[in-house]
Amino acid sequence: MRFVDEYRDAEKARALSAKIAGLCEPGRQYKFMEVCGGHTHTIYKHGLEDYLPESVTLVHGPGCPVCVIPMGRVDDAIALAEQPDVIMTSFGDMMRVPGGRGSFFDSKAAGTDIRMVYSPLDALKVARQNPDKHVVFMAIGFETTAPSTAMTVLRAEAEGIENFSIFCNHVTIIPAIKAILDSPDLRLDGFIGPGHVSTVIGCRPYEFIASEHGKPLVTAGFEPLDILQSVYMLLVQLAEGRSEVENQYGRVVPWDGNQVALKAVGEVMELRPYFEWRGLGFISHSALRMREKFASFDAERHFDLPGVRVADPKACQCGEVLKGVLKPWECKVFGTACTPETPIGTCMVSSEGACAAYYNFGRFSRERVRQASRPEPVTIETGARRE
Amino acid sequence: MCLGIPGEVIEIMPEQPDLAKVDVSGVKRAINIGLLTDDPPGPGDWVLIHVGFALSKIDEEEARAAMEFLEGIGQAYEDELEALLSSKIDEKG
Amino acid sequence: MTEQRQANWAEEAVREHAEDVHDHELAQYPSGVEHPSREQQVLDRIEKARARKPKVKEERITLAHGAGGKATQSLVEAIFLDSFRNPLLEPLEDAAIVTANGTSLAFTTDSYVVSPLFFPGGDIGDLAVNGTVNDLAVSGAKPMHLSAGFILEEGFPVADLRRIVASMAAAAAAAGVTIVTGDTKVVQRGKADGCYINTAGVGVREPGCELGVATARPGDAVLVSGPVGEHGMTIMLARGELDIEAELESDTASMHELVAGLMKADVGVRAMRDATRGGVATILNEVAQAAGVAVVVNEDDVPVRAEVRGACELLGIDPLYVACEGRLVTIVDGAHTEEALAALRSHPLGAEAAVIGRIADDPPGLVLLNTGFGGTRIVDLLVGDPLPRIC
Ligand code: SF4
Repeated sequence: MRFVDEYRDAEKARALSAKIAGLCEPGRQYKFMEVCGGHTHTIYKHGLEDYLPESVTLVHGPGCPVCVIPMGRVDDAIALAEQPDVIMTSFGDMMRVPGGRGSFFDSKAAGTDIRMVYSPLDALKVARQNPDKHVVFMAIGFETTAPSTAMTVLRAEAEGIENFSIFCNHVTIIPAIKAILDSPDLRLDGFIGPGHVSTVIGCRPYEFIASEHGKPLVTAGFEPLDILQSVYMLLVQLAEGRSEVENQYGRVVPWDGNQVALKAVGEVMELRPYFEWRGLGFISHSALRMREKFASFDAERHFDLPGVRVADPKACQCGEVLKGVLKPWECKVFGTACTPETPIGTCMVSSEGACAAYYNFGRFSRERVRQASRPEPVTIETGARRE
Repeated sequence: MCLGIPGEVIEIMPEQPDLAKVDVSGVKRAINIGLLTDDPPGPGDWVLIHVGFALSKIDEEEARAAMEFLEGIGQAYEDELEALLSSKIDEKG
Repeated sequence: MTEQRQANWAEEAVREHAEDVHDHELAQYPSGVEHPSREQQVLDRIEKARARKPKVKEERITLAHGAGGKATQSLVEAIFLDSFRNPLLEPLEDAAIVTANGTSLAFTTDSYVVSPLFFPGGDIGDLAVNGTVNDLAVSGAKPMHLSAGFILEEGFPVADLRRIVASMAAAAAAAGVTIVTGDTKVVQRGKADGCYINTAGVGVREPGCELGVATARPGDAVLVSGPVGEHGMTIMLARGELDIEAELESDTASMHELVAGLMKADVGVRAMRDATRGGVATILNEVAQAAGVAVVVNEDDVPVRAEVRGACELLGIDPLYVACEGRLVTIVDGAHTEEALAALRSHPLGAEAAVIGRIADDPPGLVLLNTGFGGTRIVDLLVGDPLPRIC
């Protein structure tokens, strides 16, 4: 696959890895946060940490749109699905996310009509095919996904479709980064910036991180070499005493983002005064809702929602994990009470969360495996050699 | 946080100019290109696909430059390795 | 202020695991004894928690219970095995090995509820015969006779039923088995998805045939008989909801000859499995757990067709978890790797067979993957079906 395979090349990775090791000052510890859950997924899925020296730690940030949805919102969505003649639609990612009273799958088992879609446009198609039902699309995602929802609403309006609405849970990344930067116990040396969000918002919104907080940020792609290269670029900046916003993912991310997409979002949605993030609490101006003009497409205005807040269990230490103060396995309930089947905290909810990624992909001791897993290659005895 | 996959535009749908047929490793789907009206892609262009929409057009120039950088590092590494190996042999000899 | 409450299931999980809570300090080890690192201690504790008796926490059956992953395992062990427990059932292999009048028989059953009923490369009838034949074959038996039970929905077109039955007859003939008994039930419209089929089968085993995933040992090789994931991806796309087009066909086939060829080659076969629901990853986890070994797989060596890979990338799914219906996973003595590969490749169904990994001793119970990128990760069981992701 073009633009994929060449960024998964082990040989180039070894070369970059050597460069990275060479850039690390002896005795210094480096902590970089990858904001985006997609990066977390890539890091674990490809075993990227094997290429990083001990002194470089990656802290897995809050950028997973599924994980940050508070349990109360999932309950609201299920309450929506329970309304008569409603078909609920959402992405596959949402199906197993538990709210206070269970997940979409549980609700479906109890008799509601909840369907998985690949695109919000597919949800609109369901609405067209079921004119006697009301179809709600549970919209989740950062600025990457919001334009698709906005375009779908504009399409619905143009076609005069009336049995379709959005349960809007779109969130914005910058306020979350700010919240993290403002927490006192944080010690980070730089950021790996979210590549696909940046295709929409561009790289400028990150400039305050470099100028006000003095931390370098490199916007990175999602293949493992992309991430390794961005670690390298961060280390170069640190070695040269710079803190700037750089773009490793130039093949996809234009510096100024996608103006058409931003305009569509601005037309359909507006900032909420505040929104709750699971694990991080309430953050002001950190989410989007439907504008008054599109009220007829707003499920929150169409239906009465319970709106009950569900508290995270006390045992949950996600806050510390998200800030890099604790490693996932250092949380008291990691892997015992908190597992991907019963995610007590946000980081365990989807495979992009730090805890789930570690549990699903990294739950082994690298030390032990280094000895056990790569000794001499499988000795294949062929007839010819056996004589 | 957002799965985005590169695909090649095969054709623009004649009846629906905001839809393009895109190929990902032999698999095809109609993708909405309404977000790229500033610089509409054509057949042969590569786009980044997310939830059925093309989010951006892949910049071949940038991609080539990035690859050259990575290959450059790879080459330098191999040269160093070679130098290291030959110096070891020298020591022994 | 908005109302606030607790998530009861979460509080309960915390309470239930209260004794598992790990502190941030090292446990006390006598001096002189090398103590495991903190991370290792946590990992050990997790293994202990995972080894506990499985429980079904849900109040209702969800789709995940039928997906072949962790949820299915819990359901089978906590509900079925718990009540039916007996030594023949306990190994939970693809077929039970029973003895009648001194003859060793393999006995198995499977139900087929695929939707759509007809798909590129086959239909529910092919699956119903091939799946059961394969379960017998991988148990080391020569498949002999099948039963067929039909649950039909009122209103189901007879022409469709004819088509399905014709496929079954052809598949049975190809596999050299006969369908010798059956049953038909019709349920009201809306109570079934057109047609469900159950088949059971018996086969005769050679005396002295010892197969089982628990017999895998370090040094063994792991092979698959061809590219993985074609059936599952074909079905996912054939449902039409994803609007994705691809030239993909189900890999449904009966593997009795392929298996017979492998057994005849006498290559030290320890175990064979038919990689269906849950894909190759699920089988390998079963091997690792049953034998208490590590299964080490090389990602680049696992054959995957370009189209399957493309669809997987697009949907965010790992092909290792996607179902096959005519693919063999086998563990053989490492000393005979090449011969085993040659034996598989000599049959058309195994033309693209590959050695994908080997068995190691550490860490026991885990499947490790050497990624194409050159890193290492584990491959765990999924909870339920692989779902399309957007993030
Ligand atoms: S283990 Fe669970 S509760 Fe603990 S930090 Fe991770 S997600 Fe949060």
